[in-house]
Amino acid sequence: MAVDERMLKELGVLSVDELFSDIPASVRIAGIPLPNGMSEMEVVRTVRSLLDRNVTAADHPCFLGGGVYHHFIPAAVSAIVSRSEFQTSYTPYQAEISQGMLQALFEYQSYIAELTGMEAVNSSNYDASTALGEAANMCARINERSKFLVPEVLSAGKRGVLHNYVRGTGMQVVEYGFDPLTGELDMEDLRSKVDGDVSGIYVEVPNFLGVIDRNATEIKKEFPDALLVVGVDPISLGILKAPGDYGADIVIGEGQSLGSPMNFGGPLLGMFGCRQEHVRKMPGRVIGMTRDLAGRRAFAMTLQTREQHIRREKATSNICTNEALMAVAAAVYLGIVGRTGLRSLAKLNMERARATMDALCQVKGFECPALSSFHFNEFTVRTPIRPEKLSRVLMRKGIVGGLPLARHVPSMGDCMLFAATEMTTDEDIGKLVSALEGVL
Amino acid sequence: MTYHQASYDLRLIQEMRGESDLVLPPLKREIEVPPNLLRTELDIPDLPENEVVRHYTDLSQMNFGLDNGFYPLGSCTMKYNPKYADLLASLPSVGEVHPLEDEEGVQGSLQLLYELERSLCAIAGMDAVSLQPAAGAQGEFTGMLIARAFHEANGEDRREVIVPDSAHGTNPASAAMAGFDVIVVPTGPNGGVDTEALKAAVTERTAALMITNPNTLGIFEEEIVTIGRTVHDAGGLMYYDGANLNAVMGRTSPGAMDFDIVHFNLHKTFATPHGGGGPGAGPVGVRKRLEPFLPVPRVVREEERFFLDWDRPQSIGKVRSFYGNFAVLVRAYAYILKQGGNGLREVSDRAVLNSNYLRSRLTPAFDMPFKQLRKHEFVLSAKKLKDEKGVRALDVAKRLLDHGVMAPTVYFPALVDEALMIEPTETESKETLDRFAEALISVAKEDPQTVKDAPHSTSVRRVDEVHAAKELVLSYLGLKRKLSGNLAGLRTNATGRKCESCSLLLDPKG
Repeated sequence: MAVDERMLKELGVLSVDELFSDIPASVRIAGIPLPNGMSEMEVVRTVRSLLDRNVTAADHPCFLGGGVYHHFIPAAVSAIVSRSEFQTSYTPYQAEISQGMLQALFEYQSYIAELTGMEAVNSSNYDASTALGEAANMCARINERSKFLVPEVLSAGKRGVLHNYVRGTGMQVVEYGFDPLTGELDMEDLRSKVDGDVSGIYVEVPNFLGVIDRNATEIKKEFPDALLVVGVDPISLGILKAPGDYGADIVIGEGQSLGSPMNFGGPLLGMFGCRQEHVRKMPGRVIGMTRDLAGRRAFAMTLQTREQHIRREKATSNICTNEALMAVAAAVYLGIVGRTGLRSLAKLNMERARATMDALCQVKGFECPALSSFHFNEFTVRTPIRPEKLSRVLMRKGIVGGLPLARHVPSMGDCMLFAATEMTTDEDIGKLVSALEGVL
Repeated sequence: MTYHQASYDLRLIQEMRGESDLVLPPLKREIEVPPNLLRTELDIPDLPENEVVRHYTDLSQMNFGLDNGFYPLGSCTMKYNPKYADLLASLPSVGEVHPLEDEEGVQGSLQLLYELERSLCAIAGMDAVSLQPAAGAQGEFTGMLIARAFHEANGEDRREVIVPDSAHGTNPASAAMAGFDVIVVPTGPNGGVDTEALKAAVTERTAALMITNPNTLGIFEEEIVTIGRTVHDAGGLMYYDGANLNAVMGRTSPGAMDFDIVHFNLHKTFATPHGGGGPGAGPVGVRKRLEPFLPVPRVVREEERFFLDWDRPQSIGKVRSFYGNFAVLVRAYAYILKQGGNGLREVSDRAVLNSNYLRSRLTPAFDMPFKQLRKHEFVLSAKKLKDEKGVRALDVAKRLLDHGVMAPTVYFPALVDEALMIEPTETESKETLDRFAEALISVAKEDPQTVKDAPHSTSVRRVDEVHAAKELVLSYLGLKRKLSGNLAGLRTNATGRKCESCSLLLDPKG
């Protein structure tokens, strides 16, 4: 790309070098030690062939979950979110020329509000784990207490991210246990840990082991003084009660299931909603409904005085860039799926997991299910050989998953977590069963 | 001026009614849900797919992206987003790969991560990079956690992070989130950090200085060597906010400037689309002595195989799930291959040339605080316009929208009155810059009322942000509750996408 000589002339300089004369000689470099550029066709060929080595869920049965799922995405979702008016725009700072993005995000907020029962929803966090970290800090801001209770049954990602996110507020994270027979939370243990310093209690429905925890509805009744934070799978909310209906103050979740690909773990979509009374303590961008000069309905970013560009070190969060396009995908997805579709999908996920579980139970040597409870779309199996080894054996037989649990729930290190979705066919289940039968 | 944005009175999708045409596999048997958790109500509409697609297509026409026109948003580096990168990011070998697959199944992804880390090291003069942070602000937070862990490992209690007053708001917010106290240093007469004030602020409590160079005024910190020495001599770390890296690639690097930690904004410098707010990606690079503190897992290579290494006892742990925004990383990887080392240097050359050229075109017409050379961006002041005609920077910004260009960043940095912060980027032609300069100059000469009433040709007129903050309607559920006495009104005539009376749902006089 040649430099435009006319511009150099306007500036009265002979070469671009003169425009860099303010860089002290001692910090200048001669160039970048990378190969020279290539043509578009070479780039596409190179990157494509590199990635072709991946084993994809497009070509192989996939039984991995643990927070990210292989769900059906209507082609229309990708068609809309790849429209460049959305994809190549920046944050809608200028509301008048950005109504499309603003309304789409308001609609996303509205869908999540309806699913969760939270009136105030932000227009996204990075993922569920950072949403959890932000929720803990928000609890501290609301009631200025110092402890945050979380289940022992938690993904390693969430546990690790939470630990880092509370560095600023100095909140103490305390784990409560679970019933080893059902996988549900241990109310006795929770009771023993709730005291006057507890700011918030976090519970997941379904939990990390896929268990629909019946005790979730009892927490707010028993501990009304602590804030209740509920982590959800949005697909499950097609059939499960909105957490707002059992006392949640904050609801978070992983929204990838709503129309975004797995993408090797990113971008994801951190859902975040709260009761309206707490909205001024909420992190992240929020879109509000308003009107224009002529009295027409319009949308704008609002409550910006909470945010870093205005409040700086006193902001509710440092978040700036979020996952807006994934939020639009979620709105389009829920638009197409609708009430009937979401209910059907929730049921299908449960039914497919049940079918997988029943088939696995027939395989000799596997203790299945390891937990006796209601499962959404995941369940645990105790395996006769080390889960890490089994995972590799399955991969070599062309099957993706399940997930060894040692890193996440150490006390269940001899178990694997299997997930199913509406994408799981009877044929996939058959392949998994014959692969496992061949293992022993 | 021929720009006219589409303007439709659209219902919310939640206000539409219809019938779903979605076909799903049949449910083979009934399922059982615990009665206390069984949902009974779900108020979201069933709609046919074509109506949903039309609704969002209409909305897309009421939005403005880089592909619609010039986007001189200061400090945001809105350069053209190449389409080959989108093509690659949409491959099934990207989208349909689960992050928890056995390493044997994801060798392609791991190799890409590994090589992208090495390329970013080469560009920034760093020794190691983590691709985990989801955005620039999260990169800053990660960098601050690394600084904290480093000092703690040395048995030092350093609680203060210094930021210049011209810094991006994320800098102090990120430092505070990592548990630091924030100390602000002023800008000196040359537009750079006031080095005397900095020397006074640096103490044995200083954990790090966060700085962007060139800074948000577009000025290169000529005292960078002195600044670095001041901080390092006191035992502090130098943090480079990479938001403005687009200005200096191949001319200098954070490593050459003796920085210890740097974050990159891949959605700025490396041309990945910003998605109307995100996703971004904010990798963090460090010098050798800080490598043990990077987030886990690390991608490591053993001969031709790639692994995820979790065994890093000094690591800060995790800042988000998994390994970063992979689909964004793929785009940046492709962009770096396409440009190459030579092409990236040309990127910065052109970005700086475009910025200085545009500044020169605008100089007689607008006040330009600080006389120094500029790098990738510059800041104008509309103070004269405000004093003489009552036209504020905000009005100028809104009026520019009528010309079919995005407005510059306004009122930032705060040390410039009525600031208009302009970053043209390297991907714009002289003709585009000339048209923009003419537009901006014409706005300054125009009838002030026309400017104050702007915009006139966008989807809606000037939006009432005060009303939004007062009413706080943040969802359809919130709207329903607000209007609970009048719910019937919400449902009447609720067929079709267009809605002449939508505005009446919020009382215009309210």
